[in-house]
Amino acid sequence: MILVLVEKDLAGDAVEVSLETLTFARSLSEAGGGVPIDAVVVGDVPPALRSELASYGVRGVHALTGPAFDAFAGAAWASGIETVLATTRSVVVTAAGTPRGGEVLAHVAARAGVPMAANVLSFGGLSPFVVTRQVVGGQALEEMQLAGRPAVFTVAGHAVEAAPAAAAGPAEVHEHSPEVAEADLVARVVSTDEPEPDLSGGLTSARVVVGAGRGAGSADGFADLLELADLLDAPLGVSRVVTSLGWRPHHEQVGQTGSRISPDLYIPCGISGAIQHWAGCSSAKAILAINTDADAPMVTRATHAVIGDLHEVVPAINAEIRRRRTG
Amino acid sequence: MNALDVLVCVKRVPDSTSELVLTEDGQGVDGRFAGFTMSQHEQCAVEIAVQVAAATGGAASVLTLGDGDAVEQLRAALAVGCTAATHVVADSQQLGPADVAREIAAVVRAHEADGRPHDLVLLGHDAADTGDFQVGIRLAYELGRPVVNGVTVVSVEDGVLTASGDGPDGHETYRVPLPAVVTVLEGGVEPRYPTVPGRMKAKKVPVEERGLAGTPAGAARVRWSLPPAAPSDVQVLGKGPEAAPAVVDLLEQLGVLAR
Ligand SMILES: Cc1cc2nc3c(=O)[nH]c(=O)nc-3n(C[C@H](O)[C@H](O)[C@H](O)COP(=O)(O)OP(=O)(O)OC[C@H]3O[C@@H](n4cnc5c(N)ncnc54)[C@H](O)[C@@H]3O)c2cc1C
Ligand SMILES: Nc1ncnc2c1ncn2[C@@H]1O[C@H](COP(=O)(O)O)[C@@H](O)[C@H]1O
Repeated sequence: MILVLVEKDLAGDAVEVSLETLTFARSLSEAGGGVPIDAVVVGDVPPALRSELASYGVRGVHALTGPAFDAFAGAAWASGIETVLATTRSVVVTAAGTPRGGEVLAHVAARAGVPMAANVLSFGGLSPFVVTRQVVGGQALEEMQLAGRPAVFTVAGHAVEAAPAAAAGPAEVHEHSPEVAEADLVARVVSTDEPEPDLSGGLTSARVVVGAGRGAGSADGFADLLELADLLDAPLGVSRVVTSLGWRPHHEQVGQTGSRISPDLYIPCGISGAIQHWAGCSSAKAILAINTDADAPMVTRATHAVIGDLHEVVPAINAEIRRRRTG
Repeated sequence: MNALDVLVCVKRVPDSTSELVLTEDGQGVDGRFAGFTMSQHEQCAVEIAVQVAAATGGAASVLTLGDGDAVEQLRAALAVGCTAATHVVADSQQLGPADVAREIAAVVRAHEADGRPHDLVLLGHDAADTGDFQVGIRLAYELGRPVVNGVTVVSVEDGVLTASGDGPDGHETYRVPLPAVVTVLEGGVEPRYPTVPGRMKAKKVPVEERGLAGTPAGAARVRWSLPPAAPSDVQVLGKGPEAAPAVVDLLEQLGVLAR
């Protein structure tokens, strides 16, 4: 069996990167002669989730329930996965390369005493099992041999496109409420602050997205960019640097660990175009990069570019749009 | 309140601003062409270590596993407030994350035997070069301690650690009794700059040198490679604000201006 940890969003649906991981697992299963794919889900399995997992060819859905799983604890989730692994022989345990996915799988690997490969993009041979993964922040690739069983790895976000299976699976639900050792519950979330309201206005379905990166300069550097977004009726999408520094909320992040957008036009301003950001915007039909550095990867990979300071270029664009609209 | 000796683990990694050149055998980065640094996550972990040490009247110690040059990163941490340093001399390219975790655990146990327990060990969330995303968690299992992963804000009061960071459902808080292991993501604190007296003091701190405690299993690396450069067919519309009319022409052409 190939066991895939599937993460849910607040609405109880599978997150897109988990569906991508199921798609990746399916190609692995096919290469391995049809090894069955099971999913593990923490908490209940709403009917819509179950039918989605079925459409991805999932054989069994293992739901981890009970008080030990009410709040997140990496070790407890790993302990739950061990319970599932004890039921059938597993050759692979995988998850999306999200913060949760990486954390839980590192626990699984540490407890099993096997290696873990983070941010895998593709696999080479099956025996030996060789994967290619991102290193040096995506600037280089590593071929790594995963000798341990189960083979434990996370799949880099948006490395593959999520696609349902040709034939649906039964997705039979098995509920597990395992005893979890006290030690595995010590480091658990004790409170969660309400996320900031999602004002991103549907980044994933937007026709135009205005992007902003470190080039914005500070939390106060977004006024012109927000005005451009408003003029184009477009949401703002930002780089991870911008969310890490707390300049903009996390739900606006585009990239491997954020949303994947596919607008007709993306306008990244002051974004260098690191591979993890590119993973989230590569399917934009046109890209207009605004950057001071003509050699920035975002500029060289864009369809159009303006070389210059966004704090000068963007206000000029805004003024020109207003002029043409009134004129 | 108990004075804590916080241990923070930093890794010498190639500076992301220099162009990446790999060694001929594909086993890593060719150091002759790179500048070196420690990652942003680890700089924040050092800052947190120094703050927690000050708040509990204790000390912050820094550790690295690396070749002779890695002393530079120890000195950088000493210059901003760490007061003791341990250098496990090893070729870090030959070590896998499980090896690194085992070696850090060996140092923690040795210091404890010497009467200098590290009840709080801080690491970065992921190393900027190998990006294994796991040393902190493996270390926690080596030491039999709880681990909080990927947080930005950390404080200690009365032997209890409070740590928080962004999770998928909002800002999450953990409360864990010490001893514990914590991995840090950048963004919650502003790493301080070294002062001139800080640098001078750092030069005088003796660095504890150790060899490897165990035989490394290695990194299971076959080879590193560089992704092929993407071809560019970008159309540059202009430089600076003068490009605005050409930009708006493009917006009209793409039909995204109508409202
Ligand atoms: C596992 C992992 C996952 C990641 N996931 C993501 C993700 O989902 N999304 C993401 O974005 N990143 C992600 N990253 C981070 C990514 O590697 C980069 O660090 C990040 O995308 C860089 O953000 P940036 O382009 O804003 O900043 P920088 O790389 O610092 O680039 C700033 C750019 O702005 C330009 N600039 C500066 N000033 C101006 C100005 N005044 N006007 C115009 N241009 C200016 C500069 O020339 C430069 O090109 C991830 C990294 C890892 C390791
Ligand atoms: N050679 C090393 N020396 C000291 N600390 C290290 C070393 N390698 C990894 N670490 C620590 O472990 C964290 C996570 O690394 P990794 O799991 O390899 O991505 C890093 O941010 C460091 O804090």
